[in-house]
Amino acid sequence: MTDVNPSPEGHGQEPSRRDFIYIAAGGAAAIGGAFLLWPFIDQMNPAADTLAVSTTEVNLADVAEGEQLTVMYQGKPTFVRHRTAEEVAAARETGPNQIPDGDSRNLNLVEGSDATDQHRSAMAAGVRDGVEVDATLRERFIIMLANCTHLGCVPVGQSGDYHGWYCPCHGSHYDTAGRIRRGPAPENLHIPPYTFLSGTTIRIG
Amino acid sequence: MSGPSTYKPSTGFERWLDQRLPIVRLGWDSFVDFPTPRNLNYWYTFGGILAVCLMTQIITGIVLAMHYVPHVDHAFASVERIMRDVNYGWLIRYIHANGASMFFLAVYLHIVRGLYYGSYKSPREILWILGVVIYLLMMAAAFMGYVLPWGQMSFWGAMVITNLIGSLPIIGGPITELLWGGFTVGNPTLNRFFSLHYLIPFLIAGAVILHIWALHVPGNGNPTGISVKSSRDTLPFHPYYTVKDGFAIVVFMLVFAFFVFYWPNALGHADNYIEANPLATPAHIVPEWYLLPFYAILRAVPDKLMGVLLMFGSIGILFILPWLDTSKVRSMRYRPMAKWFFIFFVVSALILGICGAMNPDDPSPFFGMSYLWVARIFTAYYFAYFLVILPLLGFIEKPKPRPASIEEAVLGPRAHAAPAAAE
Ligand code: HEM
Ligand code: FES
Repeated sequence: MTDVNPSPEGHGQEPSRRDFIYIAAGGAAAIGGAFLLWPFIDQMNPAADTLAVSTTEVNLADVAEGEQLTVMYQGKPTFVRHRTAEEVAAARETGPNQIPDGDSRNLNLVEGSDATDQHRSAMAAGVRDGVEVDATLRERFIIMLANCTHLGCVPVGQSGDYHGWYCPCHGSHYDTAGRIRRGPAPENLHIPPYTFLSGTTIRIG
Repeated sequence: MSGPSTYKPSTGFERWLDQRLPIVRLGWDSFVDFPTPRNLNYWYTFGGILAVCLMTQIITGIVLAMHYVPHVDHAFASVERIMRDVNYGWLIRYIHANGASMFFLAVYLHIVRGLYYGSYKSPREILWILGVVIYLLMMAAAFMGYVLPWGQMSFWGAMVITNLIGSLPIIGGPITELLWGGFTVGNPTLNRFFSLHYLIPFLIAGAVILHIWALHVPGNGNPTGISVKSSRDTLPFHPYYTVKDGFAIVVFMLVFAFFVFYWPNALGHADNYIEANPLATPAHIVPEWYLLPFYAILRAVPDKLMGVLLMFGSIGILFILPWLDTSKVRSMRYRPMAKWFFIFFVVSALILGICGAMNPDDPSPFFGMSYLWVARIFTAYYFAYFLVILPLLGFIEKPKPRPASIEEAVLGPRAHAAPAAAE
């Protein structure tokens, strides 16, 4: 680094101070540029206020047996379904190893829990301390995100080959526990985290 | 063919300007005196038509943006207001909405021209690749534009397409959230789509400039596929092709105007006049007609990820087409076998389009087979055309004799016997 003013003949010799500055400045600009890029990418991600509106409360007493309520949770439609006794019985006849997706897809349970009807219904949800929830109510209710796990359409209730939900977009059939049985959807309908705040109200999120 | 410039500044001002910014010279050499093969047919007019389409979309789009409100609560109503209350708003919106369809109609004919006459072959590979880039940008622009009116098809189309990306392993989830700006398609999504929808046409304009630059280095191809050998093979662009292109543009505008004034909603979907409802999906969602073949390819595969890869692959494959086609002969006029495989390729693309519009499980008139299976067969042919047929034909096929020069092709084998075609 002694050659401050390299001449054309100086090629192949020791790097000059100018070479050093050139490489150092170029490197700094490249790394600085990469750091600056991140804010411009990250601004696209959900903003703080979008992240903040993240819980929804539902009164289950409003949903009569055989009815379904669709509520919004984090901007996503969410099914709150009060199943009939027959529907629960039908779902219990099928075990997790008889279906394409054996995972419960339930965020209230530890990862990898199997897709039994018990693991899909409100029996798997948490209960606030000191609250009593009727056991029949818990096995009847099922709360799931309404977006088909194929490409996000909203399936139609009480239809399809398994009398659960049928997605008209590309023909996915879900059973009465919201588990995928036939069609292109790869996973069971997802279950969001929720807790019982009282005997009849839940808070999703 | 970008030879020495023939521009002669005729006034003092032109001379003065030419020494400072030779812009008139650029225009003269590119669009007045540009030597153009004398045998171009009407298939070669779609380039000019496409330029007009882009200008039309930009002008009508900027006007629409003056009245449009990119917010989930107001977008649908603002488009209805454009239709009912804004002076001539109906006209401008119908031009823009049908203009997108016309743009795709022209680009498909332009691409088909290129496939038939071998326009993608050496020395025009970069020109072809830039064309594919423009086509991809057009699809992005049209997809995001279709979301803006915030009707049912807008919303659910956006949902399905963004979820497609979600099927990519690992990066899929974070990327979709990045696109949505939330946990699903919502207001942030609409806002950014509007911003990008405004931007992309200008990116297209930039790509078009490169496309024309790349065109003007080797010059136009032509229906014989034979290279230009002497000035007897060419004519100046003006007045010969300005007039021919101009006539084609007028005819094209007649078709365009027919749709705008007499059949403005024929190419759209009635469900898009229902405001977006995130709680209920329409019974039958379909993309715009120009994306149907790719939708059919997507659904042809039972596996979600494979379907997505195949769909992107069906366009990606166009990038490497110049190296897949092994034949030395450009034009299919002189390729007796390739010609029929090509015609069948165009037919299969159309059939795939029909499959994309239908319910996959319904039986088709094609031996009662379900549309799903029809789509599978023609998807296989689509890929085989590029990956098997074109690579092999170059070795198997015996091309027909070609004329010695463009001049001979036009005027018959006359006096000046030019040296044999060396392509
Ligand atoms: C490559 C060129 C373009 C294409 C292919 C294109 C395509 C489309 C399409 C398909 C729609 C939906 C039409 C409908 O059903 O209502 C649309 C809407 C819209 N576009 Fe474009 N567009 C282009 C350029 C532009 C430009 C440069 C602007 C300028 C800001 C623009 C602004 C708008 C606006 C404000 C709407 C919403 C109003 C409406 O839906 O009619 N577009 N565009
Ligand atoms: S989105 Fe439900 S089957 Fe495709």
